[in-house]
Amino acid sequence: MTTLLEVKNLRISFPGDAGTRVYPVDGVSFVLERGRTLALVGESGSGKSLTALGMLQLVPAPGRIEPGSVVRLGETDILALKGESLRRIRGRRIAMIFQDPMTSLNPVFTVESQITEVVHAHFDVSRGEARDRAAALLEEVGIPDPLARLKAYPHQLSGGMRQRVMIAIALAGQPEVLIADEPTTALDVTVQAQILEVLDGLRESHGMAVLLITHDLGIVAGRADRVAVMYAGQIVESAPTASLFARPSHPYTQGLFGSVPRLTGALGRLSPIPGNVPPPDAWPSGCRFRTRCPIVHPRSEQAPPLLPVGPDHLIRCWLAEGPE
Amino acid sequence: MNGALPRAGSILGTPSARAGLLAITAILLFGALAPLALPDPAAQPDIVSGALQPPSAAAPFGTDELSRDVLARVAAGARVSLTVAAIAVALAMTLGALIGIVAGYAGGAVDAVLMRIVDGALAVPRLFVLLLLLAAWERMPLVALIGLIGVTGWFGTSRLVRAEVLRLREEGFVHAARALGAGPGRVMFRHLLPNTLGPLLVAATLAVGDVILLEAGLSFLGLGVRPPTPSWGGMIYDGRAVLTVAPWVSIFPGLAIIATVLSVNLLAGGLKAALSPRDA
Amino acid sequence: MSAPLLMVRDLVKHYRSEGLFARKAPPVRAVDGVSFEVGRGETLALVGESGCGKSSVGRTIIRLQEPTSGEAIFDGEPVFQLAREPLRALRRRMQIIFQDPYSSLNPRMTVGDAVAEGIEIHRLAGSKAERNERVASLLEEVGLDASYARRYPHEFSGGQRQRIGIARALAVEPSFIVCDEPVSALDVSVQAQVLNLLRDLQERRGLSYLFIAHDLAVVRQIAQRVAVMYLGHIVETGPTEALLSDPRHPYTQALLSAVPEPDPSAQRERIVLTGDLPSPSNPPPGCRFHTRCFHPLRSERCRTEVPVLRPVHQTEAACHYAETPASPLAR
Repeated sequence: MTTLLEVKNLRISFPGDAGTRVYPVDGVSFVLERGRTLALVGESGSGKSLTALGMLQLVPAPGRIEPGSVVRLGETDILALKGESLRRIRGRRIAMIFQDPMTSLNPVFTVESQITEVVHAHFDVSRGEARDRAAALLEEVGIPDPLARLKAYPHQLSGGMRQRVMIAIALAGQPEVLIADEPTTALDVTVQAQILEVLDGLRESHGMAVLLITHDLGIVAGRADRVAVMYAGQIVESAPTASLFARPSHPYTQGLFGSVPRLTGALGRLSPIPGNVPPPDAWPSGCRFRTRCPIVHPRSEQAPPLLPVGPDHLIRCWLAEGPE
Repeated sequence: MNGALPRAGSILGTPSARAGLLAITAILLFGALAPLALPDPAAQPDIVSGALQPPSAAAPFGTDELSRDVLARVAAGARVSLTVAAIAVALAMTLGALIGIVAGYAGGAVDAVLMRIVDGALAVPRLFVLLLLLAAWERMPLVALIGLIGVTGWFGTSRLVRAEVLRLREEGFVHAARALGAGPGRVMFRHLLPNTLGPLLVAATLAVGDVILLEAGLSFLGLGVRPPTPSWGGMIYDGRAVLTVAPWVSIFPGLAIIATVLSVNLLAGGLKAALSPRDA
Repeated sequence: MSAPLLMVRDLVKHYRSEGLFARKAPPVRAVDGVSFEVGRGETLALVGESGCGKSSVGRTIIRLQEPTSGEAIFDGEPVFQLAREPLRALRRRMQIIFQDPYSSLNPRMTVGDAVAEGIEIHRLAGSKAERNERVASLLEEVGLDASYARRYPHEFSGGQRQRIGIARALAVEPSFIVCDEPVSALDVSVQAQVLNLLRDLQERRGLSYLFIAHDLAVVRQIAQRVAVMYLGHIVETGPTEALLSDPRHPYTQALLSAVPEPDPSAQRERIVLTGDLPSPSNPPPGCRFHTRCFHPLRSERCRTEVPVLRPVHQTEAACHYAETPASPLAR
């Protein structure tokens, strides 16, 4: 499979107390392949959203991307770009859609102008041509009566419609890579199903690589080819979807599975992970999960690297070297 | 802005806020402690030869036409002006908060009536009303003047508080209190009021500056604080006659007014920045 | 079978535009004739998506809002007819916990004061010492350290704040709690902790819950019975397992089909609803779901006649053609 984008050792720092720095994203690496979806799974505080922002140099001040981080799109390291060349990547080769369609769309501009703005920013076309493209995009994302909808303002549309418009805006630049940061979390479950169908279809028809950021394991099961689980700024497990669900191997992943209520199957008491996710300035040394892990491994005071437990299946855990 | 009070450290976030806080503290200390070190502001040691002396080592701000030490008078004036401002603002804030909370929480007809009164009152220029009353009531005591300034200054605050209350009313903790059986009084004073303290504090700080200017203006017209009680406005008024030969008599009180109002405004700016949801 | 603890009949709640000069806009018909019962010690889940009216039901039955019409009988008392003092006394027995852990606690009150509020309002403690003791034991009961009483809400995580909210509701010793989406805003592992807590509390204290949610998998963990709402009506109700295994209303089927199941091998064809949710101020005539319904037997009758909840197989469904399953794709 063709690799379109590679993230290597991405580290993002923020100022902590008394002049120290904390690293909410601490050495994240993965690849995105054409026509495939990678799901980045984690809870709040895992660093998943910040990772996405980092990929496009959108980290809010006072955070900064640490040297040594690489985000390579084809031949170009995006993190080395500035100004005009960076702008030519954003929207045109990598696009991003966000969680809350209520606040991601500009309320004072019509749908049409928000889409054509992107078209004009990246392509040299006439206004008529841009409008035609906008209408075609609305149709592609499944909005009925696209010509009428072009004239609408965001507040006149439902949540599901707005998210479709966001997807249309993202596609307007004809990107190779699409980052979707919790695109359905704010939507009802029936609408969520609609939006995920749209995204899947577009991924296939446009041959895009998709990075899907979510906390919902159900969405991951249905829509992702590969999964990376994040905890405390690091990827702790990485595997093809089927492998991850068949054999979740990192204790955190197992804990997540134990916490998820199921619609089918035996109805048992949920077994949640004890305690809370620690904040970046209070991460345990060595293995960051050790304070909540049911297993006490003698080597846990040393930070484990990603180790293989199966074909293409890695975990950041000493258990990979054999049971204790 | 949210209603939480700012953390002590965050008020000092910007250099201008730090400057404001420092300056206002200095002025307060000056007003409180100076009389201990300085000559009595009413003392007129040597009326003839000591009058209208330019600033010197003995009298850093010079002396006025009655040989009084200007520095001592400016310090005394600080106490008067700041006390007038503090009491009047406290009165105005209390009234404004009360009306604002009741209007915001009760809603409906009560709110409509109260806000129409406020709208009407805001349409009338405050200075005008005060001048009228001062002209009608000869020799109005200072206490009454402070009261009037307070009573004419709560309208804007009530709108501010009402707006906060309208927002807070829909917050979960207010619903929770009602669901627990809290009556309107408890909801308003235990839950709503403490959460409006942030914007209220900012408004109060700005109001202090306004009142200082207002009082100075009235005193300058001879209508505010009456001699021999020193006040900055009164001192500027007195210094008019000798402006060309002894400008320091008017300049220093004037500078004191500017410095105080400026530092109070800077402090208010710092408070406002500390309250903004940036660090929520 | 003892009498139900709560009986709600034909509850209606309409919202009108406010203000003296509001245009004659049609009211939002959030709840338009809803009836159900909750037994002692049991949990009824009220499930639906945004705009279905479930939150309005929750708030109205404890009179945080006044109903437009209908009746609610709690332990024999007519909730909507109670005057101020009897209503305040009733508030001890019916409590509520909220969805948003970040706005449900007063940021200017300590945790201890927040939990003690009900104790103070109803004068349940004879002395300050007794009050503090009660607060400490409540905090421990919900899995928090008693020393947290001196701290402020902003020092705690979402899950911990929800626990504080639960302690606050328990302080007045209710027999019934409206749980308004209490875990929707929480992370997966925290959600599981709070769900377990709610279950344990129910067992230990004999509580009844009206559990409002949109996630059917969550509901399965805690509710014995479920009522599914759509646009202000209950469209199906029944025992949880029965409703999940053999739903008879097309909307329930679509809802179930849309829930993503964390099992790649269980991926199935999904029923994807067409169109948008109609506006609650202008609901479709007849069966409110007919504009998006995919039932093969859909007819004119659906457009003109409002279906009534009636027993069909293992549940009660409001559909003219509930005897025939709507879709082979249905669970």
